[in-house]
Amino acid sequence: MNTFWIILTGCLVAIPCSLLGSYLVLRKMVMIGDAISHAVLPGIILSFMITPSFDSPLVILGAGVMGVLTTFLIEFFSQKGKLPEDASIGVTFTWLFSIGLILSSAFTSKTDIDLDCILFGEILNIPLQLWITESGVNLGPSPVWFLGFVNLIIVSFIILAYKELFITTFDKAFAIAIGISAGLWHYLLMGMVSFVTVASFESVGAVLVISFLVTPASTAYLLTHDLKKMLLLSVLFGIASAVGGYYLSNYLDSSTSAGMVTMGGILFAIVFVISKKLKTA
Amino acid sequence: MVTQVENPILEVHDLTVSYQSKPVLWNVDFSLPSGSLTGIIGPNGAGKSTLIKSIMGLTEKNSGYIKLFDKPLSKVRKKVSYVPQRESVDWNFPTSVFDIVLMGRYGHLGLFKRPKQADKEFALECLRDVGMEEFKDRQISQLSGGQQQRVFLARALAQNADIYFMDEPFVGVDAATEAAIIELLKKMRNQGKTVIVVHHDLQSVKKYFDWVILINMRLIASGPTETTFTKDTLQEAYGGKLTLLSQISDLLSKEDIPTRQG
Repeated sequence: MNTFWIILTGCLVAIPCSLLGSYLVLRKMVMIGDAISHAVLPGIILSFMITPSFDSPLVILGAGVMGVLTTFLIEFFSQKGKLPEDASIGVTFTWLFSIGLILSSAFTSKTDIDLDCILFGEILNIPLQLWITESGVNLGPSPVWFLGFVNLIIVSFIILAYKELFITTFDKAFAIAIGISAGLWHYLLMGMVSFVTVASFESVGAVLVISFLVTPASTAYLLTHDLKKMLLLSVLFGIASAVGGYYLSNYLDSSTSAGMVTMGGILFAIVFVISKKLKTA
Repeated sequence: MVTQVENPILEVHDLTVSYQSKPVLWNVDFSLPSGSLTGIIGPNGAGKSTLIKSIMGLTEKNSGYIKLFDKPLSKVRKKVSYVPQRESVDWNFPTSVFDIVLMGRYGHLGLFKRPKQADKEFALECLRDVGMEEFKDRQISQLSGGQQQRVFLARALAQNADIYFMDEPFVGVDAATEAAIIELLKKMRNQGKTVIVVHHDLQSVKKYFDWVILINMRLIASGPTETTFTKDTLQEAYGGKLTLLSQISDLLSKEDIPTRQG
């Protein structure tokens, strides 16, 4: 049963990450995703100090605010300060991340935050956090329910806002000209990325979540020239990395999240070689 | 020399735009008559693209205002079409020709609403108008420069607007496409649409446009091509670029002889 819950958790992390990651790849904003996944740390720690639970609305709100703030600061430095965007990203997220580290070392004595767990996740603990109702019914691990809810939100967002995300990603100027606010959709997308990051860090960690955002989407990008197919394929590759990675890490007796990320990399390498072969053939 | 018109379809009033505190457009003030095919002409860096970007609300203005159909842009977006420079988008984006053209209908759809069958049929018709119907399922990464421009034009047609702004539609396209595009633009003008084109090839100005706006940061001249596109105004717009000036006088003296590019 534990195996089932762990693999399900992995898939529930992989699905929304792959979907949002596809748009990050196409917008050439993968590094902003990386920045957000690090910069939510101070938000998580601060909220955790107030309510010591990882799936409380406050933690999500704290991380969401940090994510949008990160996006805003990156834009602000690169547009108002005329700093190259990559430099702006580097300055912003390392700074916010280090504030998170200071906060955590200053306050972890007072709370039960495990920094390792925040950075690298511990998916094996998920099946232990059972949600048992007052009448004593076991509903399974609560993080799975929470991730399920996140999936519902992200999948509906991607389906409902397909037109808006497509046009603002492909041709920002044209979108603005016909009255679709490119800025609003940019911040909405980045807000969703923060939301998914914070929902995922407990199982895969704030550092490795970037791999779930970028690798399945990049693998899918190599294989198709159709946005809808790319979104579907990225989800398939995400799920394949989660499932394959679990067994890989079991076999190697290593960290589960690292196994999933490694599996994603292996799939990418295989697809890369095949797609090169297909193009030259 | 600026010819102001009555009941203009476009009115640009005292427009100043700067980038990093350097002015790009300075006190530009002109108006355009409805139903004209207008060329915005000027040397590189004269602010031609900036001018139409400001009209489309894509660049911040320092001062001045812009009115279309005597209203601000936000009130008349559905009647206004914009064709950005071809290089401004990623042509490796995973999508098909038809999906790009369908984008032209998005301005007519509400938030979260999908294009209907009628939108799809109209988009297909627009693709036919630019001679690209058989390319509808083609991936955009497989198109030539000329075909990319035709797709952008079809997307603009799908907007079914009354006024069209096009940023350098003739750059990097083959002669056949250029001829096809200008033919289409003239047809649109004859149907009563207003078309404004950023253009930098002086050779073809007289052949293509019936109205000309000459700029070089400041507005040099605006009016009917016959009276506005003259040696004096060109000299003013292109300044001390001597080699170019000799080419211009050369061009003007031979203006009735068809050029090789034609």
